[in-house]
Amino acid sequence: MSEKKKVRVAFFDFASCEGCQVELTNLSDPVFLELLNHLEFVEFREVMKEQTKEPIDIAFVEGSFTREADRKRLESIRERAGVVIAFGACAATGGINALKNHQSDYKEDVYGKDATLPHLDSTFARPISAAIKVDYTINGCPMDRKEFVYIVSHLLHGKDPVIPNHPVCVECKMRETVCRFQVGGHCLGLVARAGCGAPCPADGVPCEACRGFVDHPNEEALEEVLVLRANLPAKRAQNLSRMFTANLRRDAQ
Amino acid sequence: MSKNISINVHHLTRVEGHGNIIADVTNGTIDRIEWQVPEAPRFFEAMVRGRHYTEVARITSRICGICSVGHTLASVQATEAALGIEVSPQTQKLRDILMHAENFDSHILHLYFLVAPDLLGAPSVFPLVPTHGEAVIRALRMKKVGADWASLFAGRSTHPTRPVPGGFSEYPTMEELRKLRADLQGLNPDLEATVNIVLSVAGNLPAFERPTEYMALSNDEDYAFLRGFVQTVMPDGTKERWPVSEYRRITNEYVHPRSTAKYTKNKMDSYMAGALARFNNNYDQLHPKAKQIADAFGLKPVNCNPFMNNVAQLVEAAHSVFESIRLLDEILEEGLRIEELVQPTRFGQGASAVEVPRGILFHDYTYDDQGMCTAGNCIIPTNQNHANIQLDLEKFFPELLQAGKSEKELELAMEMLVRAYDPCISCSTHYLKVRFKD
Repeated sequence: MSEKKKVRVAFFDFASCEGCQVELTNLSDPVFLELLNHLEFVEFREVMKEQTKEPIDIAFVEGSFTREADRKRLESIRERAGVVIAFGACAATGGINALKNHQSDYKEDVYGKDATLPHLDSTFARPISAAIKVDYTINGCPMDRKEFVYIVSHLLHGKDPVIPNHPVCVECKMRETVCRFQVGGHCLGLVARAGCGAPCPADGVPCEACRGFVDHPNEEALEEVLVLRANLPAKRAQNLSRMFTANLRRDAQ
Repeated sequence: MSKNISINVHHLTRVEGHGNIIADVTNGTIDRIEWQVPEAPRFFEAMVRGRHYTEVARITSRICGICSVGHTLASVQATEAALGIEVSPQTQKLRDILMHAENFDSHILHLYFLVAPDLLGAPSVFPLVPTHGEAVIRALRMKKVGADWASLFAGRSTHPTRPVPGGFSEYPTMEELRKLRADLQGLNPDLEATVNIVLSVAGNLPAFERPTEYMALSNDEDYAFLRGFVQTVMPDGTKERWPVSEYRRITNEYVHPRSTAKYTKNKMDSYMAGALARFNNNYDQLHPKAKQIADAFGLKPVNCNPFMNNVAQLVEAAHSVFESIRLLDEILEEGLRIEELVQPTRFGQGASAVEVPRGILFHDYTYDDQGMCTAGNCIIPTNQNHANIQLDLEKFFPELLQAGKSEKELELAMEMLVRAYDPCISCSTHYLKVRFKD
């Protein structure tokens, strides 16, 4: 093996469930150990006490940007890292955290009279790109382990990874999953960005677009289809895509 | 003792989420010893409002990436309670095996990746790759089995797809179940090796004790994870049970002026939830082979050393493997039926309690007659442990000072104490008073 210098990687977390970091431990031993031949983990609070003052080659950032107080931390990560990757849906689009963005009373609902306390400072959930420049994105909730390895290996080889820009419907057809609309269900797969292999419709549940929309989604047509083909009440059809794509909708705050 | 100490562990490492430990000593007098939680709030209970009952579990599973299976099952069961859905015995059995998968998976993650470095004198698992390569490979191998085990029933181990209100949206095949049984049987040598490695370093766990109340789900049929009453056991062994529907009265969430994290208490000033609490409550129902492991460590109920939570996790990891093999044998003999989802019979309010790896978890939802959620409430195990961690630190820190520990030793010991609880802080949905909208 060559003595090539390993790429210095670090993981950081903001408002999130840290599930994308957990997925790294499920890569299996051969994959993980092979990654360790190429990557040096220099900072990763969830599993490491070690921290670094030296520059970082790739920073993976999990979680949404939800409070002004986190801007400085994000900026310092940007300064320290050559490449910043939005790691998972929360960082990429705001993810599930943005599901409350259209509500005006979410603090009062959860915290009652204590809602104005300073440590509860939390505004809209935004992608980290609202605070810093992001070089690459790993979509999904959780991120897909295979895609993580695909993207990292492309970067190690100096290549740009290709992120699909076709809808999840294509992947359902390819794996011969019966359409959710055919079995009396509904789905967001028709406007959702593919790349996951469409596991959810295959498991009998709708795609909820955790990887975001394809570019230029036709949201009006989506709502129409949800009403006409899935018999959803108009209001539910309008709100359905808030779950993971609130910040990508045409009515995003 | 005339020394000044200032410890500020900002964003404690090797835990899930963000927590700080603050200790100030002036001239040998303790000014402050505090466990703080600065995690960014995420407002899940507000998010579920206006969502259809079929979506709610897939929203609240996102509370936690480590125990997303437990959150899913707590959510699904609470929704079923609210909608008058009674699932089949087969569904219950499959959910039991699924919950065991996450319990095993999470405990292995905690013991190998978060706790072992402390006991082996390393800052993280990465320096252990060259020195303890075999153990690291074993940990990754066991983790992969755990993830695949859960995925058979959950679709995937992080943020499940298949468990839904009324049953499962998709099933594993008999062939997959037979392979799983073989994989679980194949864990035996790895479990044995894990017991031996933990035994070899168990002497490094501090001999600290603080009697407290221990809360866990409990029933007369099994070592409870999904069904039963809320039970507590006192240090003297006295037990009491309450129905899950009374969970608010038992957890008594309150705001402590010294901390932003919300505290809970029942009969004493605090209680503990988690593997040790389950062990102390339900020891008799452990699998015999799991009891043997407890014996090897001299662990007996009621044990009041929070550091033994690590050992209780190991005992439970084994229990989950052996109990799942038993349940799989039943299913392999009976055959697996593809069942239709059980439909709602009413719309209203319902609560559920589930033992997730870190302790008892409560979910509670209300639905309108269109099946849309109007209110939600989640009480997370880590939040229930905050008060107990604080009181432990208040007893442990002076004992450490008395023993003349250096500042570095103090810091490590206190970090180890907090880590023993396996806190999952990003789980914490709220720290302060919750108003429940009717």
